[in-house]
Amino acid sequence: MSRIQTTFAALKQQGKTALIPYITAGDPHPKHTVDLLHTLVKNGADMIELGVPFSDPMADGPVIQRASERALMHKVGLTAVLEMVKTFRLTNQTTPIILMGYANPIEAIGPKAFADRAKAADVDGVITVDYPPEECGEFVQELRSRDIDPIFLLSPTTEPKRVDLIVSQASGFVYYVSLKGVTGAANLDIIEVSERVAAIRKQTNLPVGVGFGIRDAVTAKATAAIADAVVVGSRMVQLIEASTDDNLLSNVAALMTELKTAVDSATKSI
Amino acid sequence: MQLYDMPDARGHFGQFGGTFVAETLVEALDELRMMYEKYRHDPVFLAEFAHDLKHFVGRPSPVYHAKRWSDKVGGAQIYLKREDLNHTGAHKINNTVGQALLAKRMGKPRVIAETGAGQHGVATATIAARMGLECVVYMGSEDIKRQAPNVFRMKLLGATVVPVESGSKTLKDALNEAMRDWVTNVHNTFYIIGTVAGPHPYPMMVRDFQAVIGVEAKIQMQEMVGRQPDAVIACVGGGSNAMGIFYPYIDVPNVRLIGVEAAGHGLETGMHAAPLTTNSPVGVLHGNRTYLMQDADGNIIETHSVSAGLDYPGVGPEHAWLKDIKRAEYVGITDDEAMTAFHSLCRTEGIIPALESSHALAHAEKMAKTMRKDEIILVNLSGRGDKDINTVAKLANITL
Repeated sequence: MSRIQTTFAALKQQGKTALIPYITAGDPHPKHTVDLLHTLVKNGADMIELGVPFSDPMADGPVIQRASERALMHKVGLTAVLEMVKTFRLTNQTTPIILMGYANPIEAIGPKAFADRAKAADVDGVITVDYPPEECGEFVQELRSRDIDPIFLLSPTTEPKRVDLIVSQASGFVYYVSLKGVTGAANLDIIEVSERVAAIRKQTNLPVGVGFGIRDAVTAKATAAIADAVVVGSRMVQLIEASTDDNLLSNVAALMTELKTAVDSATKSI
Repeated sequence: MQLYDMPDARGHFGQFGGTFVAETLVEALDELRMMYEKYRHDPVFLAEFAHDLKHFVGRPSPVYHAKRWSDKVGGAQIYLKREDLNHTGAHKINNTVGQALLAKRMGKPRVIAETGAGQHGVATATIAARMGLECVVYMGSEDIKRQAPNVFRMKLLGATVVPVESGSKTLKDALNEAMRDWVTNVHNTFYIIGTVAGPHPYPMMVRDFQAVIGVEAKIQMQEMVGRQPDAVIACVGGGSNAMGIFYPYIDVPNVRLIGVEAAGHGLETGMHAAPLTTNSPVGVLHGNRTYLMQDADGNIIETHSVSAGLDYPGVGPEHAWLKDIKRAEYVGITDDEAMTAFHSLCRTEGIIPALESSHALAHAEKMAKTMRKDEIILVNLSGRGDKDINTVAKLANITL
């Protein structure tokens, strides 16, 4: 069983929902990233989505775009991100790390070489925003043959037939994007989301994570009631952007504590 | 001989092209693909398209024998396909007419576009005004500075021009921003992409709408000189004017197809926009796989060209394919070479060419010198240079 699967299985036994924060590697400065990862874990992260900076983040809103630009100013690319994961693993061998990014940095290395290097760095899952299942068969094989979970997004406009195709490629979990639009957009409609998540569950036994639009304790709690994982991205990155070197870790710890309390207090309706 | 039949059903030209987009865009692209499949051979749709090209755009655009310039260059006879004479001053309008007709049939009241030099933005704003569609154009703030007259034209036509401040603040960033708008407003918005790039079906659809250039040229060359040219030359940024004139010639033997990329300050300086000429690595950007200017980490690097319309780090996937199968050749022309050709055409023929098209002219000049006087080069004069007068004046240290 992969680390992601083990984590979900353990949480399920406790009747809990996973909290998955997102940060962009190298933001605000590469020297902070590994410390931030440990801070996230210490304050309730069950898994972490680690963004790989990219020059043209087409699916991201301004908040995560700026994070990518800050990281790229310090020349943090995919190779540097894998080194950060290695360093993190020196003292943490249990928390799943999911890389999230775009296809081209992977294309630049090649799918097979990337899978080798991700495995060597002990990465657990990969979300590639612009690799739809039709275009990444070989890549999925390379990941799965190394027990790395390829994680796919499902959107409000994904037709049921396509959900079948996607879940046949996916492992670990599927990630339901709760809004039309880019990351960091407006608030989510929890009733619509819960109907969609229920429909997805009829088509797969994979855990369902929900992200996009979760900004505070209220939305985190409401989402935790219906999902297996709650992903918080833009809100976290916004806080990092607004912090200084001195209060960065304490600010992040405080937000994580708030979110963790909210997620744990949800009454599961699944 | 097997006829050229590309792309495949999912938009692949060999390893190039495809549909590399976020899941949020898949349904919108499926809808577009189905609608385009429905209408691309529909006689009523095609008749309406042809009618608008004739009466609104002013087609067919003439082919003109640049006799004095050919004599001055000394060598092959150079003919110009006069896309500069189209309404709005460039080939871009052909495609926007086609896509706007499709938007109408799909019931989308709002159109968006990205633009580099501003020609595609103007063409989109123009057709949107005529059809009563809301129009938003994304343009890099660097390009807004370089192309002030076109920005004003778009505003006169009722479009909203949104400056894009992210990344390199040029065409690629405008495309990113337009994609973000489309993901968010997909229910009421049609994205009119201006070049033969982007996810399937855009490279094919834009090519098809632009193919009128080559279709006309084939008839016109036959009428004028009784044969087809020895070489067809066009500039390539994303590559829509080149695909438009190349496509009908792909199956015509003995016609060399030559795409001219922007070599900027020189290919050896790295300050250029010539991914094909320099054999850049293959990668994925803006929804398709193609040759891309990028660093070792797969991040897109900044490009340079005096002409905003060629300032793009990738290239349409069909050009990548035509390069690999050796049906087309790709070369680079520097800023300086393009400027020389620009002035030369102005003075010799009374035609002010766009800086983009001046790259094609400069290569035609080079090639013609090596050819016989009875040989023929057809250059796609893709646009007129009125929009570039500020850039040209600045280069000559002249205040207008």
